[in-house]
Amino acid sequence: MTTTETAPAPGVHDPDLLLQVEGVGKTFPGVKALEDMRFDLRKGEVLGLVGENGAGKSTLMKLLTGIYTRETGDFWLDGEPLSVHTPKEAQEAGLSIIHQELNLVPHLSVAENIWLGREPVSAGFFTRPGEQVRATRELLDRLQMSLNPKALVSTLSVAQQQMVEIAKALSFESTKVLIMDEPTAALNDAEVDQLHELIRRFITPSTGVVYISHRMAELKRIADRITVIRDGHYIDTMPMAETSLDDVISKMVGRAINTEARPENVRTDRPVVLQVSNLSTKTLLKDVSFEVYRGEILGFAGLMGAGRTEVARAVVGADPIDSGEIVLNGNTVTIHTPARAAELGIGYLSEDRKRLGLMLPLPVSHNIAISSMSAKFANGFFVRDKAIRQAAEDSRTLLSIKTPSVNQLVKYLSGGNQQKAIIARWLVKDCDILIFDEPTRGIDVGAKEEIYQLLNKLAGEGKTIIMISSELPEVLRMSHRVIVMADGRITGVLSAAEATQEAIMTLATHRTDAITTQKAEN
Amino acid sequence: MSTDSNVTTAAKGVRRGGLREKLQQLMALLGLLIIFAAFSFASPTYFPTYSNVISILYSAVVIGLLALGATLVIITGGIDLSVGTGMTLSAVMAATFIVTWGLPVWLGILCTLLFGAFLGLVNGTNVAILGLPPFIATLAMMLVAQGLALVISKAIPIYFDPVAHSSYLWLSNGELIPSTGFPNAVVVLVLAALVAFVLLNKTLLGRYDISIGSNEEATALSGINTKKWTMIIYSVAGVFTALGAIMISARLGSAQPATGAGYELQAIAAVVIGGTSLSGGKGTIVGTIIGALIISVINNGLQIMSMPQQWQNVILGLVILVVVFIDQLRSKRAATT
Ligand SMILES: Nc1ncnc2c1ncn2[C@@H]1O[C@H](COP(=O)(O)OP(=O)(O)OP(=O)(O)O)[C@@H](O)[C@H]1O
Ligand SMILES: [Mg+2]
Repeated sequence: MTTTETAPAPGVHDPDLLLQVEGVGKTFPGVKALEDMRFDLRKGEVLGLVGENGAGKSTLMKLLTGIYTRETGDFWLDGEPLSVHTPKEAQEAGLSIIHQELNLVPHLSVAENIWLGREPVSAGFFTRPGEQVRATRELLDRLQMSLNPKALVSTLSVAQQQMVEIAKALSFESTKVLIMDEPTAALNDAEVDQLHELIRRFITPSTGVVYISHRMAELKRIADRITVIRDGHYIDTMPMAETSLDDVISKMVGRAINTEARPENVRTDRPVVLQVSNLSTKTLLKDVSFEVYRGEILGFAGLMGAGRTEVARAVVGADPIDSGEIVLNGNTVTIHTPARAAELGIGYLSEDRKRLGLMLPLPVSHNIAISSMSAKFANGFFVRDKAIRQAAEDSRTLLSIKTPSVNQLVKYLSGGNQQKAIIARWLVKDCDILIFDEPTRGIDVGAKEEIYQLLNKLAGEGKTIIMISSELPEVLRMSHRVIVMADGRITGVLSAAEATQEAIMTLATHRTDAITTQKAEN
Repeated sequence: MSTDSNVTTAAKGVRRGGLREKLQQLMALLGLLIIFAAFSFASPTYFPTYSNVISILYSAVVIGLLALGATLVIITGGIDLSVGTGMTLSAVMAATFIVTWGLPVWLGILCTLLFGAFLGLVNGTNVAILGLPPFIATLAMMLVAQGLALVISKAIPIYFDPVAHSSYLWLSNGELIPSTGFPNAVVVLVLAALVAFVLLNKTLLGRYDISIGSNEEATALSGINTKKWTMIIYSVAGVFTALGAIMISARLGSAQPATGAGYELQAIAAVVIGGTSLSGGKGTIVGTIIGALIISVINNGLQIMSMPQQWQNVILGLVILVVVFIDQLRSKRAATT
């Protein structure tokens, strides 16, 4: 283990440091999540915190904010010992956190969520909804977020929900330390820039930000220093300006990885597997038409609210469609439920793993097997537990899902490992067409690369993959063709050769005149 | 990728997890034994006798059968308020089939079970297809069933003929094992519990049941036809209700159209005492049976101590509070370690 001079010396509680963490340990049944963990946050800086899935990042932040109780170790805030036992105490002490998992109440509005627990009241009892909406509008204007304060959270996309979480965290006046646990996992570049702008405005000589992310390029842009942890241990802290990303990655993973590959050949000479024509919904989609070929990875790019998730949900029958036709392998089909879609060999992985993906209180094995339960893991009506366990074990090895056992409840896995479990669900299911909505959300760089390779292999075997992603490098890295959407319409189709960050962003911001809508040539 | 080096002793945590569930059942069993011991102490001559134990088991049968079906429904995150009056209506139908229409006993029983499935299917359809909240859908069914039972029977009890329908009455009161005083009804409960256990733990129905209760939307997006399975689960619960109807009418020798309301609460109480979560996704058959026994022991014990009926309900209410509170306390502690 290396230690540079920027690492805190034990026992010294520098009042110039905003936050100091020392010797922190935490054990869960079967897992030593953290051991002798330390880091420090200087005043006025953004500290990047990186580590593989399950390294202990979220656990550390939950200890800091009073959600878990630590077994060993000490915290100092502004040179004073910090001891918080509940999230509320942490908030009062000046620690504000945006959790990795979205924690909004779905059937409450944006405004109600932001002020939950501190609603403006009159006579100490009666809520003042008008005042609440006004304050929210003021806050959102200040943060330059275009959200409707009265919109129900259940109607928002994951990216929009993330924005609400950010607004909520920034609405506390007394916040000194802002902790962000993968705030950008569902955001695209423009939104990330917007967030970074907010962070820069938040930073003063007496505040600081801890920024957890798996997106390395982003850390380069926003972080002043970067702390690497691995398997619950402190590894190193480095000034960002003098550190190469490869260096960070190899410290994190323990080896170098190659992230350069691009999709190989075109696939448009193959048979069309799925053709969608003039798909429209009451809510957003207008005349969406596209086709996808056997063995193709088709990327879907666009800004928040462009309608990519809506297309996926409409195709698999999760949402009703107003008009449009779906032709599968030459046959017109009607799909009213995801169950029907699955029967036809179409699987959909949702972007919202907590609300629409996981059965949190159930074991990892169940979460992996659920889609294939009747097709693969049953003798008639009876379930074959052994086969389930075997398949889950195989997935665990294949995707390096970090868990003490496949019988572990999935809610106890780290965010990235939960995501791997849902990916495993669809890999086990063996669909012909996989629609993956933000499949690598929260997955670390090393694992991401392995998942890319897996998807490439599947496509090579003739599976068709539709990949919705807000991460442009991912779209460029993976897609044989890229469809760009804006405002519920398709604004362009780009071949791998045409697809560049600029071309996609131009189409995503709807300036269709700049690049004419064109289909990839044969 | 990761080296898993901080995942210590792989199986330990999980074995502990499994143990926790077992522990919960042990606690329920322990509770049952403690209550039993307390009554034995209070009334040593009348309570802990062979014949009284049999009578405790006997009176656990109907609650137990209803609770088995209710367990499956509650695991989906739903509730079934119609099991009590649904049982009454099914009993009236059994008597109508066998006494009024003169169907052979076996056919009458089959029709009654199908009728129960039909009631459940109506509930399931209202919940899954019309999207009504289970509480409302089954509350409506509770009223409808109560009304129909009175209409069909013209509010008069229908009596089985002790000779012509002796095989029907034998189902509950007969003794498969002669001169033990051990009624068939208890055997029926044990068999039904076995069936429910297999359904919940070994079949697709059980897996989908738990999955729907944990996260219905995610289960649907996984490609499971959650509507179909919800309807099936309510229908199966209806079959258990009908079985309860057969056992109670065989025991009484008649279908009593004016009784039955109140049983649904006892059944739900048994389920909850047994550790099944009302928010769905979690529950055990063994727990439910223990829950039914606890209720039966309390009813029986208080009767023996000549406690007035009204007080029995007060005590039962308190027991539910204590048991559920302890259970929540434990799971909360488990969540924040
Ligand atoms: N409540 C819990 N019970 C049991 N194990 C837990 C619990 N919370 C976390 N763990 C385990 O502790 C380890 C660290 O988890 P943590 O969530 O801190 O990882 P992370 O660094 O945030 O990963 P990711 O990048 O995937 O979000 C993991 O192995 C995880 O399985
Ligand atoms: Mg995390």
